[in-house]
Amino acid sequence: MSPKMEGRLMQKELITQKPLADSGWIRTIHLRKKPRLGETFIQGFLFFCGAVSILTTLGIVYELGKESLLFFQMPGVTLTEFFTTTEWQPTIGKFGVLPLVTATLMTTFFAMLVALPLGLSAAIYLSEYASPRARGILKPILEILAGVPTVVYGYFALTTMTPFLRLLFGDAVQVYNTLSAGLVMGIMILPLVCSMSEDALSAVPHSLREAAYGLGGTRLETAIQVVVPAALSGIIAAFILAISRAIGETMIVALAAGAGPNFTFNPFLSAETLTGYIARISGGDVAYDTPDYNSIFAIGLLLFGATLLLNILSRRLVARFREVYE
Amino acid sequence: MNGIFTTPRSILAARHARGKLWHAIFFGSTLIGLFALAALVLTILNRTAGLVVIIDAVDRNTLADRPLTELTRPELVAILQERVTRTRLRTLERNNGPLDTLDEETLVNLVMEQVVKPTIRKSYTLAETLFQRSAIEQEIEAMRAETPNLQVEFRSWLNPGFLTRSMSATPELAGVRTAVLGSLWIIAITILVAFPIGVGAAIYLEEYASANRINRIIQTNIDNLAGVPSIVYGILGLAIFVRTLSHLTSGAVFGIEGSNGRTILSAGLTMALLILPILIINAQEAIRAVPSSLRQASYGLGATRWQTIWHHVLPNALPGILTGTILAISRALGETAPLILVGASSLINKDPTGVFSFFTALPIQIYNWTARPQPEFRNIAAAAILVLLVVLLSLNSVAIVLRNRLSKRGT
Repeated sequence: MSPKMEGRLMQKELITQKPLADSGWIRTIHLRKKPRLGETFIQGFLFFCGAVSILTTLGIVYELGKESLLFFQMPGVTLTEFFTTTEWQPTIGKFGVLPLVTATLMTTFFAMLVALPLGLSAAIYLSEYASPRARGILKPILEILAGVPTVVYGYFALTTMTPFLRLLFGDAVQVYNTLSAGLVMGIMILPLVCSMSEDALSAVPHSLREAAYGLGGTRLETAIQVVVPAALSGIIAAFILAISRAIGETMIVALAAGAGPNFTFNPFLSAETLTGYIARISGGDVAYDTPDYNSIFAIGLLLFGATLLLNILSRRLVARFREVYE
Repeated sequence: MNGIFTTPRSILAARHARGKLWHAIFFGSTLIGLFALAALVLTILNRTAGLVVIIDAVDRNTLADRPLTELTRPELVAILQERVTRTRLRTLERNNGPLDTLDEETLVNLVMEQVVKPTIRKSYTLAETLFQRSAIEQEIEAMRAETPNLQVEFRSWLNPGFLTRSMSATPELAGVRTAVLGSLWIIAITILVAFPIGVGAAIYLEEYASANRINRIIQTNIDNLAGVPSIVYGILGLAIFVRTLSHLTSGAVFGIEGSNGRTILSAGLTMALLILPILIINAQEAIRAVPSSLRQASYGLGATRWQTIWHHVLPNALPGILTGTILAISRALGETAPLILVGASSLINKDPTGVFSFFTALPIQIYNWTARPQPEFRNIAAAAILVLLVVLLSLNSVAIVLRNRLSKRGT
């Protein structure tokens, strides 16, 4: 029965049940909330939609946790070995995750070396220097960079950045190396840092800038000594999110950083990152319940935990920043 | 001494000089970003066209006294019958029909494929072709001295044949049709699943949810999910859709056999989970932008909450929701890592026939071609990238047009 019909029926009942005043002109009006089944059903469905995200998170935590547990229950795998030894070959029983971690840290480091200074500088330019017209042109172009698929950046790293580095540093640079992957990843993350920092800078009230100009500050002094410190937590939030993005990035490192774990701090050598390992192992049809299969989940859990912590930290900082100025 | 006698004026000059220097630095950083974009585009264009040197297994000029395309059908058939072994001919006839019934174009293709068998000896990039012509010609002369029957032609790797052919192990015969179809199937499922759930969740959070604990958790959770690396979604898809639900995603419950969970359905569902948080956040913003006076007017006339949402909030928020959806979809189109995990295979050359087919997708094809060492695969990878970028760019233009229409109506 449709909710409308039901409502009408109930009304009729109410009217007939209650003895009306003799004339028939007076009708009792009931302001009580009517039960509407349709509305309740819709609200229930919408709540389910919202709950899907919770289910997703639970699914991620459950699956990663379950398979990681299986991984650590395998003979010869211990947490201490996992985190302290430096050789990673699950098929032959070497379970030291450090080479993958150092490679991830190296690509992340080079990415930040590019993305943080350039992104912040570009944000300062767009927010404090550029005319509205210039900003209207420059900002969308930078945003195109953010929309390019990461596999395309991987192609760019392999076919342009690596040959360029080999031109600069000679044959010491291997065909696959962490430096090239890191630098290109920096270009990929630059728009993220730029747009988030610019949001933070633009949110600083104009009265602060005007006060600084009133005291005789130049534009640079105002920007660096007043606006940037005022927006600092927003900028740091952008930096942290950038790091999290770099750690989780897969395709650039899968294509350009090399296949095969390598415990090294030399940026010219090839080394496999956490994400690169997952992509390589799962590229073929990986058989279920093998050390390889379970190790994917253990490493996935490590990635998930690290990025989640960074994201939460970043969001806390942004929230604090909002409280100050809104 | 200097420090004491510096006049305020010169301090001011120094401050201004420093200001100018940093102005230049800030502007330079912005330019580096633009420069990177230009380098990216040029890299790809550079590889999509250029001179190629082709060597025929059998010189195509010795087959007849005229170019192949001018030969008549009987002549072409004669060449095939003369040069191809009997068993091979039988296979060809089984696949294509009797030779006598084929048209000229098919016959020429068959002759090229079976007799001439052109292989690319060397390919040059567009920049080399344009600016180092004389060096290339010298090199080609040297090659000609060794092997006289080589052909030189200008080749655009992105051509109609590339778009309509399916996967092949030889780069000059490979195409992206299967991959494009795979991507379209995946995206269709992604939209069908993610759009209703995403918009529903956004409506719930904006219009229904009171500020209690559960709803706060849902909101925080969505924001955090948006930052989870895409490869983790791939792992989730592998564990849940490919493995746990394999009887569903392989189509076994619908009587389809000989399949496993690595299907288009698994890929589409994984992608749906991946873009869901982005879609919800975008839709929430669009719904929040609808002025509350509209809602109050509707309530004032006695409408119920759902009537208000359906007749007033949603129509007003729709352009914004669609813009956000398109942006989320373009993210899904370019994602590669989750597809690797749910089992996309680049070796597939059969077109997908339904949601339970095995699949390959455009970004997967780009990844595999890029990963191969031969330069010709880099060429077709660049051509495939160009296809992908054109699709993404047109999607984004649609989003921008929608956004403009929205802002016009708002004022």
